[in-house]
Amino acid sequence: MRRPWLVAALPYAWLAVFFALPFLLVAKLSLSHTVLAIPPYAPQLDLSKGQAGIAAFVHELGVQAYGRLASDRLYLVAYLSSLKLAAVATAILLVVGYPIAYGMSRFGPGARQALLMAVILPFWTSFLIRIYAWIAILKPAGLLNQALGALRLPPAHLLDTDAAVIIGLVYAYLPFMVLPLHAVLERQDERLIEAAEDLGCTPRQAFWRITVPLSLPGIAAGVLLCFIPMVGEFVIPDLLGGSTTLMLGRTIWTEFFADRDWPMASAVAIVLLATLALPIALFQRQQSKVLG
Amino acid sequence: MDPGPDRPVTAAPLVRFEGVTKRFGELTAVDGVSLDVAEGEFFALLGPSGCGKTTLMRMLAGFATPDEGRILLNGADIADLPPHRRPSSMMFQTYALFPHLNVEKNIAFGLKQQGWPKDRAAQRVEEMLSLIRLEGLNRRRPDQLSGGQAQRVALARALAPEPKILLLDEPLAALDRKLREETQLELKSIQRRLGLTFMIVTHDQDEAMVVADRIAVMRAGQIAQVGPPRDVYERPTSRYVAEFLGEANLFPDGAGWRLVRPEKMTLSATPQADAIPGEVAEIAYFGDRTRYVVRGGPGRPLLVSRANLGPPLALKVGDKGWVSWDAEAAVTLPS
Repeated sequence: MRRPWLVAALPYAWLAVFFALPFLLVAKLSLSHTVLAIPPYAPQLDLSKGQAGIAAFVHELGVQAYGRLASDRLYLVAYLSSLKLAAVATAILLVVGYPIAYGMSRFGPGARQALLMAVILPFWTSFLIRIYAWIAILKPAGLLNQALGALRLPPAHLLDTDAAVIIGLVYAYLPFMVLPLHAVLERQDERLIEAAEDLGCTPRQAFWRITVPLSLPGIAAGVLLCFIPMVGEFVIPDLLGGSTTLMLGRTIWTEFFADRDWPMASAVAIVLLATLALPIALFQRQQSKVLG
Repeated sequence: MDPGPDRPVTAAPLVRFEGVTKRFGELTAVDGVSLDVAEGEFFALLGPSGCGKTTLMRMLAGFATPDEGRILLNGADIADLPPHRRPSSMMFQTYALFPHLNVEKNIAFGLKQQGWPKDRAAQRVEEMLSLIRLEGLNRRRPDQLSGGQAQRVALARALAPEPKILLLDEPLAALDRKLREETQLELKSIQRRLGLTFMIVTHDQDEAMVVADRIAVMRAGQIAQVGPPRDVYERPTSRYVAEFLGEANLFPDGAGWRLVRPEKMTLSATPQADAIPGEVAEIAYFGDRTRYVVRGGPGRPLLVSRANLGPPLALKVGDKGWVSWDAEAAVTLPS
């Protein structure tokens, strides 16, 4: 390679254009205040006035949005509720996803490919359509209640509840839990299990003493890969959740489109990003450890 | 194939295989093997890859179940014992050290599983570390060990829980030659000091001969011959065993063969009475010995191995030489 700096610069350029620039725009927005105008916020940066323009712009920036964010309990409730729903869904995903990934890794290479395909296959259908399908399943006269009725069981009222949101989250994010788990479990040396059993472990003890500790990188990857985007998830709570379901993704949407309070929406987004930065950093460290 | 007369075992054998057969689909990996291993013996299963030696050992460890026959340990059938309840320990070819545990915890793994008290387990770990001469490496991770160190930790881990029999599956295959030869002697010395029964699986005849008290040579799932190294080398009962262990000069003899080992042959640069004349086709110098390939008459060329004790023979490739041997050096092979 003649120009190694070019190769090194490309990802940074990509990050600058698609991450740093939008982030700065949102950060700037969060320091603005709302006005009845198009666009619905002030100050506007007028570069044609040169230095004076920039000075006037900076002078007008403020942290009012953050002040309102701190004073209104609604945001704190939405924030905690987002974390809670994402945490519950992540826990369920781990409990459901681990046996799937473990089972897959026990099969021969041929069957394993087919099972991997089955995990990925839902991606071939539009995400929205799959979530709408859950509405059809969970709605009062939907498939679930028809089935319950046929079994002479009382109907379940799930749609528009937090339970429906968790069902949707678990369903939608399952591949993101299964795939990293499968990646570590598939690579695991079967001899290690034999060695553990040879040294006196029952198969169950060997699982807990060998398989699980050695799959921790996969568990960490799966948990973070699901938890981080789920906290900010918008579509699933919007379609499956009820009016009482408060999640930050939805709050941001409401501020932005319904209330046209762009600074507020941006402030919520910045706080969300700041709190997720820690798990994201952990995830990055974990990944570099696995790769290194 | 006749398994050959086993050496009469005075005490009851520690391990007895009785007509053990194992099939994988169409393939019969182990085919009616009967074998006794005595207490305190260093026993080798020797054969080329795919001869069933590893499968036979894995059945003893409990990782495979015989389709036919029985395996007895101290006279009791162990068919119903799962691997974790068998009093055998296995050392794996790839060592199978637990990568998330340090040396000390790897060695203590079996002790913890058996419920040894903490202080006794810690003491045992130190004993094992001094046995393998790796004192002080307690906290090393497996990926920080050299191949030879990892091999010894695997040995210590298998020995720590005081097994009745230690199973070694190609334990030295991953080591380079010099280290392998040193480790063979070390294994033998450890076995003698502990007075423990060792069973090793190997495809390397030198290794089997160096370490083992008795060798079972396997072929296609069956035992071709069992005996002490000197017996199987010097008095093989079949052409297969003769050729698998070392080099062999074979002469047709009625329905069977006659064997003369290359080191029992004498090559001379001058004509000798009763010697076979031939032409030196190849000379290979091994340091301690020189091997000559002599082409004389029809059939396969003769191999002559000559210890380099004195001055070398005045022979070069293309020269004429005379090959002779004592009549008692020839062994008649029944098959």
